Amino acid sequence: MKDGTATMVMTPPATKPKKKEVSGQELRKTWVGQSIKRREDPRLLTGRGTFVDDITLPNLHHAAILRSPRAHARILSYDTREAENHPGVIAVLTGEEVGQMSKPFPVGVTAAFKYYSAAVGKVRYVGEPVAVVVASDRYVAEDAMELIQVEYEPLPPIVNCEAALEADAPVLHEELGNNIGCHRLLNYGDVDQAFEEADLILKERFVFPRYSSLPLETYAVIADFDAITGMFTVHSNFMGPFSMHAVAARALDVEENKLRFIVPSDIGGSFGIKTSIYPYIVLLSLASRKAGRPVKWIEDRQEHLMASSCQTDRVAYREVAVKNDGTLLGIKSKVIENVGAYLRAPEPACTFRPIGNFVGPYKVRNVQLDAYVVMTNKCPTGPNRGYGCQQIYFEQERMMDRIAEELELDPIEVRMKNLITAEDMPYTTPTGGIYDSGDYPKAMDLVVEMSQYTKLRERQKKARAEGRLFGIGIATGVDPSVSNMGYITIALPPEFRARAGYLPKSGSAESATIQMNQRGKVSVTMGTTPQGQGHETVVTQIVADELGITPDDVVIVDEFDTAKHGWSISSGTYASRFASVGTSAAVLAARKLKGKIIHLAAALLSVPEEDLIIQEGKVFAKDNPEKNITVKRVAGTAHWNHELLPDDVEAGLQARAVFRFPANVAPDPQDRVNSSNTYGFMVEIAVVEVDPDSGKVNILDWFSVHDAGTIINPKIVEGQIYGGALHGIGGALFEELAYDDDGQFLTGSFMHYVCPTAVEAPKLTIGHICSPSPLTLLGSKGAGESSSETAPAAIAGAVADALGPLGIRINELPLNPKRVWTLIHESKTP
Amino acid sequence: MPQAYRSVEITVNGLTYNRQVEPRRLLSDFLREDLDLRGTHVGCEHGICGACTVLMNGYTVRSCLMFAVQANGAEITTIEGLAKNGKLHPLQEAFWENHGLQCGFCTPGFLLSACELLERNPDPTEEEVRVGLSGNMCRCTGYQGIVESVLAAASKMKAQK
Repeated sequence: MKDGTATMVMTPPATKPKKKEVSGQELRKTWVGQSIKRREDPRLLTGRGTFVDDITLPNLHHAAILRSPRAHARILSYDTREAENHPGVIAVLTGEEVGQMSKPFPVGVTAAFKYYSAAVGKVRYVGEPVAVVVASDRYVAEDAMELIQVEYEPLPPIVNCEAALEADAPVLHEELGNNIGCHRLLNYGDVDQAFEEADLILKERFVFPRYSSLPLETYAVIADFDAITGMFTVHSNFMGPFSMHAVAARALDVEENKLRFIVPSDIGGSFGIKTSIYPYIVLLSLASRKAGRPVKWIEDRQEHLMASSCQTDRVAYREVAVKNDGTLLGIKSKVIENVGAYLRAPEPACTFRPIGNFVGPYKVRNVQLDAYVVMTNKCPTGPNRGYGCQQIYFEQERMMDRIAEELELDPIEVRMKNLITAEDMPYTTPTGGIYDSGDYPKAMDLVVEMSQYTKLRERQKKARAEGRLFGIGIATGVDPSVSNMGYITIALPPEFRARAGYLPKSGSAESATIQMNQRGKVSVTMGTTPQGQGHETVVTQIVADELGITPDDVVIVDEFDTAKHGWSISSGTYASRFASVGTSAAVLAARKLKGKIIHLAAALLSVPEEDLIIQEGKVFAKDNPEKNITVKRVAGTAHWNHELLPDDVEAGLQARAVFRFPANVAPDPQDRVNSSNTYGFMVEIAVVEVDPDSGKVNILDWFSVHDAGTIINPKIVEGQIYGGALHGIGGALFEELAYDDDGQFLTGSFMHYVCPTAVEAPKLTIGHICSPSPLTLLGSKGAGESSSETAPAAIAGAVADALGPLGIRINELPLNPKRVWTLIHESKTP
Repeated sequence: MPQAYRSVEITVNGLTYNRQVEPRRLLSDFLREDLDLRGTHVGCEHGICGACTVLMNGYTVRSCLMFAVQANGAEITTIEGLAKNGKLHPLQEAFWENHGLQCGFCTPGFLLSACELLERNPDPTEEEVRVGLSGNMCRCTGYQGIVESVLAAASKMKAQK
């Protein structure tokens, strides 16, 4: 792998592709690696995108959802008569009817509790759907919604996940007898021995808050039930994984082919959050069934904040065993993960998605994870950018700083001491992850150089001498991309997975379809449900290179339709998968098409296939360039003149390819699993100054080095890093989905849920190293989540470093002015 | 509750529309649903995110915080009115050149806010651009591409004058 690494500090990339160069026998790759302008942009810049709310259907009606004002209560009665009689109202659907018309959603744990798309019998969080009104327009639907009377019997709420574990805690799901949705004690290596051999043992308690990467476009669903055929057709901004399609089908009690999902070309951001739209897809499908017409529901912002999805909040106890030289020997981690009122698929993936990369970039071999997944009276959770990684890297990197502090080592030195090196690649982690490539020390060296780390420490000394609170935070992380669907089954004990009749889970695949028309121009159909990641652009670059044509010759359509597109359980855009698996599917499809062109050209030229090459729009005989035919002529023949086609050649020119990874296996009996497929790396250095009077954290500088393998479009990758970093920074400094002790939701507007604007967003200095993945066809890896995983830890480290002289430790986020001010003032109060 | 309809005359992107609207109808719904101009996006319905920003008589307004009747007699510019004769506005060009967007949902609002910003301050500093756009939220880009786009458009528009 070492030879494959190259270093560059990002300079503004060329906005126009270089002129195509031809060297030797093969076309030189020219489009991959260029920041070409995005193909998606013209429609989005002119207001001609197609988002779900832009779609309308004949006889379309509109829904409003009545939601629970209480965190925990029994529903005694509904009175919907007045609403039903309201002019313009077609139907009112209550939770009770939802319980009769649908089945509970399946979920991959053994705990037996029932989760429906609306409250059945009891409400368990503020904002839980209670009833749906379908009316001629949204205004009327909301008018009628206010006329519904629901009588509740209040029950004691519980919102704190540690308290929810106590014996006398209120129980959300009586059938369980407690609030535990899943518990696994996982052991890797020999943790006891590691702790016996340790020179130093440190233990800390960490609290990670609930926040959401919060897309600007809210959830949107149009559901249309055909009573004659029993078919549900749903337009939505669902983003996959399409395993959730199966979950929705089970709840609606239909076969998968009778539940058609259509996703338009444009989704207004998602960052994982729109995976969890599927309960609303089911709810609106039931509403359409009852109303007998298509129903549109556009979630409003308050609904989104209180009742869509977000990442878990968690309490974690982490203990580390360390040698005096800083070598990390073992980790014991107890995690109490708060998934809210219902453990909803794909949860408890928050806990297990990062299982293969649990140790991050460090060599430690002995790990214990004692994971409790707990239900409380908060909104159910789901995937959010970084999914599970920001939590573990926060805990991990805070501990690395504690070790440095305790052993009086520099935080960079402690990390360097423990890093997995390029020689170790491919590296199998104790938890079963297989890191495909990387050179973590080299990336660390680059960030040290870029940030002029030694000078930063001198700056800090000077600032401290002036009485200023100046801090430097470092955070590293291994960035997992392309989930192996099998990881989620770690939630089940090995005995369960070994049972006869149990279908083991593994895999991750993506498909692409390519077609060349009779004049040699190319159309590609993808179904990757992108949410702003520029897939059309990236596929254009790839296909242009593979076929030796220009981006202008390529048209990409990226829309999803379960009835039209080649898809599977793992389809979608989540877990940073496109740059690895989507690109590889596009490459494979283009190569298949190229093979067909050569095959047909060989017949037309009477030259063996292996002697032919494609160059500059022509197919040549290598040794006899006089013998050639244009690609256009080959394509023309394939479409127009079947008489010349050999028997083994299909008419037309199209190819579909499915790419999948080789190392996707189900968890082994020791609970080891390669939970992702490609693994990138990032390291951040954040420089902050804290204002002691206001408690405000000012970011002075930010350095971020990444290894995402081959970069296809540098500007797109840069945009992902910027966006990811700001989600992490927002979560660390401002954003929190907060509840009071009664389970009342406190942050139902953007006045309360504070998102960073351009003023708060720091400028980053970004650097790259490149360790191409040996597993993907272009060597690329995902970069979509990257800094969202490490930024919270970097902020925490920087603020801890700034406040260190006051004896303050940072084990809890967010570090909003109130919390920081309070910490500073408490430290001064004797 | 439904209310009596009122007549409004609103000019949008140079075309004058006479319509009957409920007094409570939001300007954003009027534009999107009554006129089918779907480029104006609604992100929060409480005036913070700025996605629904349009120009009214040359000034930015939040179309989600206004009723259509309040725009009676006004001239509105929406994102659909920015490109002229098949040619992108310099700000649209700059956003395209500089990767000033990802999902594109916030983009119409940013473009119209940036129009007003450059109208008032044709030569802004980076700081002024950041402050000037602080009424618009973007969740994808970390704002860097947007700020670069607006600065690039400013220098291009200045050079063209």
